[in-house]
Amino acid sequence: MSPDTLLMWMLLLPLFCAVGIVLARRNANLRDGVSVVFGIALFTVVALLANKFSWDSAPVWVLAEPIPGLALKLSPEPLGLLFALIASFLWPITATYAVGYMRGHGETNQTRFFACFALSIFATLGIAMAANMLTLFVFYELLTLATFPLVTHAGTAEAKRSGRIYLGILMGTSVAFLLLATIWTYHVTGTLDFTRGGIFPAGTDKAMMSVLLLLFVFGTGKAALMPFHRWLPAAMVAPTPVSALLHAVAVVKAGVFTLMKVAVYIFGIDTVAELNSAQFLSYLAAFTILAASIIAMSKDNLKARLAYSTVSQLAYITLGAMIGTTAGVVGGSMHIAMHAFGKITLFFCAGAILVASHRTKVSDLSGLGRRMPFTMAAFTIGALSIIGLPPTGGTWSKWMLVQGTLDASQWVLLSVLLISSLLNIAYLLVIPMRGFFGNVKDCEHDHGATTGINEAPLPCLFAIGMTSVGCILLFFYPDGLHALAQEVAK
Amino acid sequence: MSLFDHLPILVVLIPLLAAPICSLFRHGIVANRIALAAAWTTFGVAILLLKEILSNGTVRYQLGGWEPPWGIEYRIDILGGYVLLIVTAIAALVLSFARRSIESEIAKRRVAIFYAAFLLCFAGLVGMTITGDAFNVFVFLEISSLSSYALISMGKDRRALSAAFQYLIMGSIGATFILIGIGFLYMMTGTLNMDDMARILPDVAETRAIRVGFAFLTVGFGLKLALFPLHLWLPNAYAYAPSAVSAFLAATATKVAIYCLLRFLLGIFGVGFSLGVMPFDMILIALGCAGILSSSLVAIFQKNVKRMLAYSSVAQVGYIALGIGIATQTGISAAVMHMFNHAMMKGALFMALGAVMYRVGSVRIESFQGLGRQMPMTMAAIAIAGMSLIGIPGTAGFISKWYLVTATLEVGMWPFALLILIGSFMALIYIGRILEAAYFGTAKPGIVVQEAPIGMLVPIWVLVAANIYFGLHTELTAGLANQATAALMEALP
Amino acid sequence: MYNYWLVVFLMMAGFYVVISQGNLVKKVIGLGMFQTSVFILYISMGKVAGGAAPIVTEGVEVYSNPVPHVLMLTAIVVGVATTSVGLALVIRIHEAYGSVEEDDIQLLDNSVDDFQEVDL
Repeated sequence: MSPDTLLMWMLLLPLFCAVGIVLARRNANLRDGVSVVFGIALFTVVALLANKFSWDSAPVWVLAEPIPGLALKLSPEPLGLLFALIASFLWPITATYAVGYMRGHGETNQTRFFACFALSIFATLGIAMAANMLTLFVFYELLTLATFPLVTHAGTAEAKRSGRIYLGILMGTSVAFLLLATIWTYHVTGTLDFTRGGIFPAGTDKAMMSVLLLLFVFGTGKAALMPFHRWLPAAMVAPTPVSALLHAVAVVKAGVFTLMKVAVYIFGIDTVAELNSAQFLSYLAAFTILAASIIAMSKDNLKARLAYSTVSQLAYITLGAMIGTTAGVVGGSMHIAMHAFGKITLFFCAGAILVASHRTKVSDLSGLGRRMPFTMAAFTIGALSIIGLPPTGGTWSKWMLVQGTLDASQWVLLSVLLISSLLNIAYLLVIPMRGFFGNVKDCEHDHGATTGINEAPLPCLFAIGMTSVGCILLFFYPDGLHALAQEVAK
Repeated sequence: MSLFDHLPILVVLIPLLAAPICSLFRHGIVANRIALAAAWTTFGVAILLLKEILSNGTVRYQLGGWEPPWGIEYRIDILGGYVLLIVTAIAALVLSFARRSIESEIAKRRVAIFYAAFLLCFAGLVGMTITGDAFNVFVFLEISSLSSYALISMGKDRRALSAAFQYLIMGSIGATFILIGIGFLYMMTGTLNMDDMARILPDVAETRAIRVGFAFLTVGFGLKLALFPLHLWLPNAYAYAPSAVSAFLAATATKVAIYCLLRFLLGIFGVGFSLGVMPFDMILIALGCAGILSSSLVAIFQKNVKRMLAYSSVAQVGYIALGIGIATQTGISAAVMHMFNHAMMKGALFMALGAVMYRVGSVRIESFQGLGRQMPMTMAAIAIAGMSLIGIPGTAGFISKWYLVTATLEVGMWPFALLILIGSFMALIYIGRILEAAYFGTAKPGIVVQEAPIGMLVPIWVLVAANIYFGLHTELTAGLANQATAALMEALP
Repeated sequence: MYNYWLVVFLMMAGFYVVISQGNLVKKVIGLGMFQTSVFILYISMGKVAGGAAPIVTEGVEVYSNPVPHVLMLTAIVVGVATTSVGLALVIRIHEAYGSVEEDDIQLLDNSVDDFQEVDL
C-alpha cells in the first residue's frame, strides 16, 4: 500500500470501528472483538507508515479547506508517528483489558463505551497526524467531546460534576487561549503549517512571541500544567480502562504532544530557548513536578495518586519542550512513550485490584501481594519505569531530560528532576512494598476468600503482562524510539 | 420584458399576494399549503436573482417604469442577494416545519390568519432587503413589524400579549426614529433614492441636520436589531411567541435590521463619515462587548430555554456589532458572515425547541430531563447547532469566530479577541446546561415522550447539516461576504 | 419656524406619555402623538415659502414640494395601523389579565413562574 492509502486508513479504521461496534451491539462477544481486531489492524498500518517514512515523500491528505489558504490536512512526521505508534499499540491491549474489566465490574452501556473509545482513538490519531495547527485544534476539541461521555459514564452526581470540570477546563482553556494563540499566529505569519525550525519569520517581536507561547501552553489544558490540572484527577471517576488509555496515554499525551509540536514546529527549538516566557514556563513545570508529587503522596485513593503522578510526569515533558535544547526535546519525546507504558501498567493494575478485591485505597493494599502476586509484580515494574530506574524504559527518557537541563546549564531544574525521582519512589514504590511485605489487612469488601491467589480476569492479566514486558523491552531496545525522537529534533 | 426581468418585484409580490389569499380560507391546512408554495417559490426566485447578480452585477428594477429618483427603485447588490437568500431560505424551512407546531400552539380559527401574518412579515423583510428607496425601507419595516406584533401575540402563554405590546411600543418608537432620520436626510439631499442620497450627501455632510438624522437612524435601527442596551423587548418576545415565529424572527428579523443599518452606514453615509467623523465605531464596539458579556451572563441563569436562546441572540448581535465597529474589510465581512451563520444555528435551535414544545409541552430546563433518550434526533440537532453557537471547529460558528478574532487582531485589539472567546466559553456553559439535562437527567417516570415527527425533523436537520457544511466549505459564506463587503466599502470613499 | 417648535413639543410630550403612563391605552395615545409630530415635521419640510399647492395652475411659478405630503399619507396609514394593532392587543390583554395597568400585569406575570395558558 502506498503511504497515502496508509494515512487514509489510519483515520478511517477507528471510525469504521466505532460504526462496527454500534452495528454489532446485539452480540457482546462480536462487539468486543471488533475493537481488538481493528486495533491490531490499525497498529499494523501505523507501523508500515512509520517504516516507510521519509521527510521528502511524506503523504498529505487534504480533508477540506474551510478558510482560503488554510486547509484541514493530515501528514505524518516523526513526533506524530511516535505518538500514533504508542496510541495504536496500546489500544488493542486496552480493549482486551476493557473486556475483562467491564464484564468483571458489571458496567452498563458498554456499546456506548466502546464506540466512544474508538472515536477517541480516531481523534487522537487526527491530532498525531495533523499537518497544521488548525487541524490539530479541530481534533483536539473532538477528542474532548469524544471522551466526555466516557468520563461521565457512571452517570452519578459525582460523575456529572467531574464531567463539568473536565469539559469546563479543557474547552475553556482551548477556546479562550489556544484558539486565540492559533489565530494570532496565523495573523502574524500567514501560515499554520508545522515546519521544521518554526514558522515565525526572523526578527519577529520577541515579547509578542513570549505572550504567544504562554497562550499556547496555558491553552493546552490537556497538558495539565498547573494551575489547569484539576480536570485530570476529576476524570478519574471514569472506568479504569479510560483512565489507563485516555488519561495516562491518549488525552494527556495529546496535550504534551501539542506543546512539543508548538515548540518544535511553530517556534523552533532555538527560538524557544531565547524567549523569556519559556524560562518562566520551565520553572512553572518544575513547580508542577514537585507540587503534584507532594499532593500524590497525600492521596490515599490509588487512582487519585496515579492521577497526580501523571500531572507530575507530564510536567517533565513540558519541561523538556520548554528548555529549548535538543536533548530536552528528545527526552520529552521519549518520555511520551516511556511514561505511556509505565503509567498504563499502573492503571491496569489499579483496575485489576479493584475488580479482583474491590479495593481502591492505598492503605487497604497491605499484604495484597500475596493474593495478587502477578499484578503486584507488574505494578513494581511500572513504578520503576515511572521513577526511571533500570531495567525499565523510563531510565532513558529521564537520562535525556537530565542531559537537556545540563546542556542548558539549568542547575535548579536539574535538582528538581532528581528530587522528584526520590519523591516518585516515596509515593509509588511504597505500594508494592507494602503489598508484598505488609500485614494482611481485613477489608469490608472481602467476600469470603481472604487467602490463596485471587487474580483479576484473564484478559486483564494478559494486558498487564503485555505492557509491563513492554516497559522492560524498551530498556533493552530503545534504539527505534530514540531514532524517531532524534529525527524530531533534527 | 420577459418574466425573468421582473424577478426583483416577484420576491416581494408573491408573499404579499399570497397573504390575503391565505386569510380567505377557513381551513388552516389550505393556508399552510399556499404559504409553503409561496415561500418555496420565493426562495427559488431568490436563488435565480443571486445567480443573476453574481454574473451580471447589481440588479436594478424600476417600479412601474418610473426612472429614479422620481420612482421607487429596487436595487439588489451582492450583499442584498446574500441576505435575501438567508431570509427566503429560513422562511421556506420554517414554514415546512410549522404546520404541526402551529396546530398545537394556536387556536384552530386563527391558523389561516397566522399564515397570512407570517407571509406579510416575510414580505416586509424581503422588501427591506431589496429596496433602494429610503422611505420604502420604512414602509416595509412597518409591514414586517406590525405583522410580527400580531404573530408574537398569538403565543399560547398570556405573557405573549404583554411581550407583544412591549415590542409594539419600542418597535414603533424605533421605526418613528428611523422615519425622522430619513426626513432629515431628505431635507438636506432632496432625494429618497439611496444611490442619489449617497452621491449628494458628501456636499452637505458637515451640517447639523445630517448629524441629527444620523443619530436618529442609528438609534432607530439599534432598537430594531436589539443592540444592547436597546434589546429589552427581545427576550420576552422570542420566549413567548409561538415556536415557529421565534425561529423565523430570531433567524431573520434582526439580520435584516442589521443589513439595513449597514446600508445606511456604509452605503449612504460612507465609512469615513459614520465610523470616522461620528464616533459610531467606538460606540458599536463598546455596546457590542457589553452586549456579549452581559447577555451571555444572563443567558446562563435562564430557566426557560427559549428565553436563554433569546438572550444568546442579543449576545450574537453584539458580535456582529463588534465586527462592524472594527470597520475594516475583515471586520465587516466577519459580521456579515456571522449574520448568515447565526441565522442557520438559531433557526435550527429554535425549531428544535419547537419540536420539544410540540412533544413535551414546555421548554423549561427541567422538562428536558431525559430527552436525550426519548428524542435522540432532536437533541442531537440541538447539540450540533449548539456547538456551532459555541464555535466548535467544524461548524459554521467557528468560521465566523475565526474571522472576527482575526479582525480584532488586525487592528491590534487583542483584549477584544479574548473577550470574543470568553463569550464562546459562556455559550458553552448555557448550551451545556441544556445538554446536561437532556443526556444526564432522568425522565419523570410514567411519561412517555416520542421523537418529533419526521416533518419537523427534516427542516431542522437541513439547517443542522448546513451548519456543518458551511463549517467545512466556506466558498459561499465567506466568499460572498468578502465580495459583498468589498463592494460596499469601495462604493464610497 | 414655530411649527418646528410644535414638532419638538409634540414629540417630547408623546414620548413622555409613553414612558411615564402605566395605563396601556394612554401609552397608545402617547405613541400616536409621537408619530403625529413626525407628520408635521415632514409637512413643514415640504412647504416652500410662498409656494402654492402643488396643482398645476396658470400663473403660478412656485409650488410646494408635494413628495413629503404624499409620504405622510403612507405614514398616516402606518400610524393608524399601529394604533389599531396596539388597541387590539390592549383588548386581548384586558381579557387575559383583567387589567390594562402595567403594574398589575407585571405583578401577575411575576407571581406565577409557570406556564399560563390563555383560552384559545
